[in-house]
Amino acid sequence: MAYSDKVLDHYNNPRNVGSLDKNKASVGTGVVGAPECGDVMKLQIEVQGDRIVDAKFKTFGCGSAIASSSLATEWLKGKTVDEALEIKNTQIVEELSLPPVKIHCSVLAEDAIKSAIADFKSKNGAADSTKKAS
Amino acid sequence: MKSPVYLDYQATTPVDPRVLDTMLPFFRENFGNAASRSHSFGWKAEEAVEQARADIAALIGADAKEIVFTSGSTEGINLALKGVAEMYAEKGKHIITSQAEHKAVLDTCKHLEKQGYEVTYLKPDKEARHSAEQVAAALRPDTILVALMWVNNEVGSVNPIREIGKLCHERGVLFFTDATQAVGKVPVDVQADGVDLLCLSSHKIYGPKGVGALYVRRRNPRVRLVAQIDGGGHERGMRSGTLNVPGIVGLGKACAIAREELASEAARCIELRERLHKRITSALDHVHLNGSAVHRLPGNLNLSFAFVEGESLLMGLKDIAVSSGSACTSASLEPSHVLRSMDVGDDLAHSSIRFGIGRFTTEEDVDYAADQVIGAVRRLREMSPLYEMVKDGVDLSTVNWQGGH
Repeated sequence: MAYSDKVLDHYNNPRNVGSLDKNKASVGTGVVGAPECGDVMKLQIEVQGDRIVDAKFKTFGCGSAIASSSLATEWLKGKTVDEALEIKNTQIVEELSLPPVKIHCSVLAEDAIKSAIADFKSKNGAADSTKKAS
Repeated sequence: MKSPVYLDYQATTPVDPRVLDTMLPFFRENFGNAASRSHSFGWKAEEAVEQARADIAALIGADAKEIVFTSGSTEGINLALKGVAEMYAEKGKHIITSQAEHKAVLDTCKHLEKQGYEVTYLKPDKEARHSAEQVAAALRPDTILVALMWVNNEVGSVNPIREIGKLCHERGVLFFTDATQAVGKVPVDVQADGVDLLCLSSHKIYGPKGVGALYVRRRNPRVRLVAQIDGGGHERGMRSGTLNVPGIVGLGKACAIAREELASEAARCIELRERLHKRITSALDHVHLNGSAVHRLPGNLNLSFAFVEGESLLMGLKDIAVSSGSACTSASLEPSHVLRSMDVGDDLAHSSIRFGIGRFTTEEDVDYAADQVIGAVRRLREMSPLYEMVKDGVDLSTVNWQGGH
């Protein structure tokens, strides 16, 4: 199977591999997928004020899944939490030129972003953010 | 050393130069049709075909008259299963096979089910093997055929063919075995092993692609088949079509070489396989051997690397040619049906790699492959959230996974 140059680049030089301290209040952690399905993504963000200052990932999955999560961490850094919520899987598909059978990898990355943000918000007064959202 | 290193000998093998040399004249001056009876071109072709038939028969302990040429094992399987089913339909319509068979057997059985046959798909044990007792328990008065492979193509497990053959003969049931991975690699003797039908394929034993043979027993019992390809009545009416003379000549030579070298080659492959296995497991933890440690094809090593996914591992092994048990390239993300049938967990099935060692594999190849694998697995485990969790003492089976796709 042929991978796009961008997928290969992220696979060979993954950005932001690692872990943040999940117990810190400023860190949000999202773990999505399941081992039986061949994909598990852990994505973490560190937030100061309303801005994401750091992002890390670890992924068990195919090359496209690794690339999707690596790209997601790149995009997350420097964005505000609200901007991060705007990231769509279709943007990841486009950026990495993912074939149809790999679209689920991008969906998983979007889920991981949402899950990490939800974790951060629940740690830091979910009520506040709901108010903002409404 | 050539790069990439080829370690996929169960997928196919390179043509042995000695085989190619034997074939070449049959593309050039000896191009005759083996069915031409009126001139020397035909006679020469026929003579070469009969020599090949004898060489193939000798390798498996058969009589030359019991060899039917085919285009390969998929055709041999179709002819054996459909041919027997049609011929013996009045005796019964029940067939026994295994969940771990090749798709060519499984799909042919599914086809027969649509035609009104009943098929029992035996579940293999954890090593992908079947016992004669298990087969005996599944036999019914209307069972006409048992179809079990000699060697599993993915995990290399060797079935107790002789015991199953003996059982089938005692019970008057025909026994077909897909011996595509076995012939030329492990001793095969259709007489002593009690096999009634057996298919083999040239390209797995250093012959050309597109040719194979089906052994059809002529005595005790005489097996009859309904032909699946009609035409000029070649191959005693069992398989019409002009014979692929160069291919058949190549298959014959490949069998003659295999007969000579089987014992020494098997010993060499086992040595290389063990070397590869030891190198990898001495450097990495959480490596599982799929299949049997004892009843195993000499040139097959199938390993699961826990906490890394097979496709990403293959991506990291671009300088070695191996295959993965995970069909993650398909939309379904299904792990291999063989690993699933032997109850390898889906997580481990997703992380399996098949290493196929053969005639032209060297120690240098194996050492290089081991280093590549060790490097890639270490790198991917650094990236694996599962490996991190396990190192932190988390039992993965107790985790409530969210949003599986």
